[in-house]
Amino acid sequence: MIDGNVIVSFISRAVLQGTPLLLGSTGEIITEKSGNLNLGIPGIMYTGAISGVIGGFFYQNSVSRVNTALAIIIPLLCCLAGSLLVSLIYSFLTVTLRANQNVTGLAITTFGVGIGNFFGGSLIKITGSAVPYLSLSSIAKAFKHTLPFASKLGWFGELFLNYGFMVYLAVIIALVASYILKHTHLGLQLRAVGESPATADAAGINVTAYKYFATCIGGMIAGLGGLYYVIDYSNGIWSNDGFGDRGWLAIALVIFAIWRPDMSILGSYLFGALYILPNYTSVSLQSLPLFEMLPYVVTVVVLITVSLRKKREHLPPASLGLSYFREER
Amino acid sequence: MQETGKTAGAPALELRNITKRFGSVIANDRVSMELRRGEILAILGENGSGKTTLMNMIAGIYRQDEGEIFIDGKEAVINSPKDSHEYGVGMIHQHFKLIDVFTAAENIILGIKDGKRYNIKAASEKVREISSKYGFVIDPEKKIYAMSVSEKQTVEIIKVLYRGADILILDEPTAVLTPQETERLFDVLRRMREDGKSIIIITHKLHEVMEISDRVTVLRKGAYVGTVNTSETNEQALTDMMVGQKVELNIERTPPAKDYDRLIVEHLCMSSPSHDGVKILNDISFRARAGEILGIAGISGSGQRELLETIAGLHAADSGKITYLHHKTGELVNLRAKTPLQIRDLGIRLSFVPEDRLGMGLVGNMDIIDNMMLRSYKRGRGLFVDRQPPKDLAERIIDSLQVSTPGPKTQVRKLSGGNVQKVLVGREIAEAPSVLMAAYPVRGLDINSSYMIYRLLNEQKEKGVAVIFVGEDLDVLLALCDRIMVISQGTVTGMLDGRTAKKEEVGLLMTKGANGGAVNAPERETGSETEVKSKDE
Repeated sequence: MIDGNVIVSFISRAVLQGTPLLLGSTGEIITEKSGNLNLGIPGIMYTGAISGVIGGFFYQNSVSRVNTALAIIIPLLCCLAGSLLVSLIYSFLTVTLRANQNVTGLAITTFGVGIGNFFGGSLIKITGSAVPYLSLSSIAKAFKHTLPFASKLGWFGELFLNYGFMVYLAVIIALVASYILKHTHLGLQLRAVGESPATADAAGINVTAYKYFATCIGGMIAGLGGLYYVIDYSNGIWSNDGFGDRGWLAIALVIFAIWRPDMSILGSYLFGALYILPNYTSVSLQSLPLFEMLPYVVTVVVLITVSLRKKREHLPPASLGLSYFREER
Repeated sequence: MQETGKTAGAPALELRNITKRFGSVIANDRVSMELRRGEILAILGENGSGKTTLMNMIAGIYRQDEGEIFIDGKEAVINSPKDSHEYGVGMIHQHFKLIDVFTAAENIILGIKDGKRYNIKAASEKVREISSKYGFVIDPEKKIYAMSVSEKQTVEIIKVLYRGADILILDEPTAVLTPQETERLFDVLRRMREDGKSIIIITHKLHEVMEISDRVTVLRKGAYVGTVNTSETNEQALTDMMVGQKVELNIERTPPAKDYDRLIVEHLCMSSPSHDGVKILNDISFRARAGEILGIAGISGSGQRELLETIAGLHAADSGKITYLHHKTGELVNLRAKTPLQIRDLGIRLSFVPEDRLGMGLVGNMDIIDNMMLRSYKRGRGLFVDRQPPKDLAERIIDSLQVSTPGPKTQVRKLSGGNVQKVLVGREIAEAPSVLMAAYPVRGLDINSSYMIYRLLNEQKEKGVAVIFVGEDLDVLLALCDRIMVISQGTVTGMLDGRTAKKEEVGLLMTKGANGGAVNAPERETGSETEVKSKDE
C-alpha cells in the first residue's frame, strides 16, 4: 500500500519539475507555429536563467533588505531581456539572412550555454566563494511566496496551491497561447505563416514580422522556464551546467503535445513525473540513465502513433524549418 | 458592392510599358494592355510567354522593374499582395495558395483586417451568401486537404470575392478541371461579369478562349502581340498570333517498326495502400509491342499513372504478371515485385518519364549534370564517380534538344517546364531503352516543345523501342499512337487501332463503367501539388 502523502508529494514534485519544461515547450510551440524550428531553445533558456540571475545578484548585493516586488521584477525583466536578445539573434540569422535553422539553432544553444557558464563562473568568482555555486536565497524566497493558507488545506493545498507564482504563470501562458492560436485572427495568421508562408504572404500577412514576433515571444517564454528552474526550483542556486537536458526535453515535449500548448501542460507534468520517478523507486545508480530516457521513449511512441494515425492536424507545421523567399519560383 | 462611377466598358485596369527581368532573362518586355469593366479578357500565350509573371505583378507577388499600372484611371503602386487587395484585385493562382489543415472559411478570412472580432461562424455565413449569389457549391467548414481540386479552386475564388475584389485574375483555371467542372466555372464567371466584375483568364485552350472571353490579348516571348475581339477572330488566327509562325500541326506516324511483343501485362491488380483497399488497377492485361507507340487514354486519375509506376517497380501489385520478353532468345523475365534497381540489374532497359517531373524524375536543386548522374551513378571507378560522361551527356542533350539554359551547371528547378521535360526525356532516351514509358510528357509544354517530344517518341519507336505513352489530348493520341488502350476506373475498356479509331469512340470508352467521373481517391492521396502543377495543352 502506497502512502497517500507520498503520492501527493510525488505529484507536486512532478509539477515543479514539469514547469520549466512547460514554459520551454510553450515558447517553442509558438515559435514553431511560425515555421521556425528553434533548436536554440536550450541555449535561450540557459541565457534567460543567467540573465535573471545576474539581475538578481546585483540587486541582492546592492541592498541590505530586499524588496519582494523588486526581487521578482528585476530578475524577471533581466531574464526577458536576455532571452529576447538571443531570440533576436536567431531570428535575424534565420529570417532576415535565411541561414539554416537547424545549424543556427544548435549554434545558439552552444552559444547560450557558453554565455551562461561564462557569466555564472564570473559571478561565482566575484563572490569569492569556495564552492562552485552561487546562492540567491533572498530572491528565491520572493519567488517562492505561496498563499498563506495553502499549507493549512492539507493535501488539496499541497497539490494545487503550494507553488510559487511562476507555476501558475506557466499554466496561464500555455492556456492563453492555446486560445490565441485557436480562436483569434492573430493565431490563425501565425499558423498560416508556419503552414505556408507563400499563402500567408499572398493573403497580405507580413511573414517576416510574424516570424520575428513568434520567435521572440516564444524565446522569452522559454527563457522564463530557465529562470524558474534556477530561482524557484533550485532555490536560487546557480551552478554551471546545472540545467541538464531540460531544454531538449522541452523540444521533445512539443512533439509529444502535438503542437498544442494546452496538451503541453499535461505533457510537461508527465515528463516531470518520469524525470523524478527514480527518486521514488529503488533504482540502482547504474540503471538511472535508463529512467532518464523515459521521456524521450514516450516522445518516440507519440511520434509513431501520430504518424500512424495520419491525422493532418497532428502533423508539424508544413513549412517548419524552411526559410521563405518571396520572389523564388 | 459596386461603386456607381464604375461604368461598364470603362478601363478597369491598364498596364503601361511593364518590364520585368529575372537576372538576365526578360520575362516581360514593355507590355501595355487594358482590361475593361464588366468584361472577360483572355490572355493567351505559349509557356514562358510571360503571362503569369505579368499577372503576378498586378497581384503584388512581383514588382515591375519599369512601367506603370493604372486602376480605374489612377496610378496604382502595388508593392505587395496586400496593396493589390486594397485596389480590389484578386488573383486565383494556378498553384493554389491554400492552407491544407485549415477549413475553407479559415482560408477565406485569412489575412483580412476589418477590425472585427474573430468569428468563424459569421465568416461561414458570408461564404454561403457569396456561394448562393454566384452559384458555387461549397461547405465552409470542410478542411482543404479533404477537398477535390475543383473545390479548392472554388475556395480560392470565394476568397477574392470575400475581400470585395472586382478585378479577378484566374491563372489557367481549367487546367485541373473536368469538362463538367469547367462548364460550371464558366457559368460562375458569366454571372460575375453580369455583376460588373472584370475578369482576366489565362488559358492555353483555344476553344475555351472562344467560348468564354469577350476579348483576347496575346503575348509572345514576354512581349505584347495584340488584342482582338473574340467575336472577330478564330482559333487559327489566334494560334498564328500566339506562335508567330505557322506550326506544322501534323504529327508524323510511321508504320510500326517491329511486330513482336516486348512487355506482357496480365491480370494486373493493385489497390491503394492508404485507402482501405480501393482498387486502383483492376485486372489489367495488355501487350506492348516493340517498335510501336501504345497510347493510354483515360480520364485523369483512372489508374494510368499507377499502371506505369507499377511496371516501373514503384508500387507492389496485388496479383497478376508483368513479363518482359527477350525476342531473340524467347526468354521470359518476370518484372513483378522487382525494384527499379533489380529490373536494371536484369539487363532490362526500362525508361520511365514520370508525370511529376521535379518530384519523381529530376532533383530540382541539382544541376543538369548531377541529374544525368542519377541514372549512371553506379558506373565509375570504384569509390569515385566519373563526372565526364554525364557532363558530355548533359551538353549533348542541351545541344540536340535545344534546352534553353545558361549551361549544364544550372539547377533544374530554374528551368521552365518545357526545358525540364526535355532534360528528363533526353536522359531517359540516352539510356537506349527497350521500353520507354512516358506519363503526360507534354503537359504544360508549349507547342514547339510538345512537337519535339512527339518527334523523340517517334524516333524511339523507329529504333524498335516499345513506347507507352499516357496522354490526355485525344487528338494527339489519335495522331501519334499505333494502338490506343483506354482505361476507366482502373479497368481496360478498349484497345483501338490508332489509325482507324474515332475520337468519339475513345471518349465513350473513357467513361464506360464510370459512374459520372474518374476515380478520384488515388489522385488525391498524393497531394494537390502534382495535380495543380499540371497544365493542359
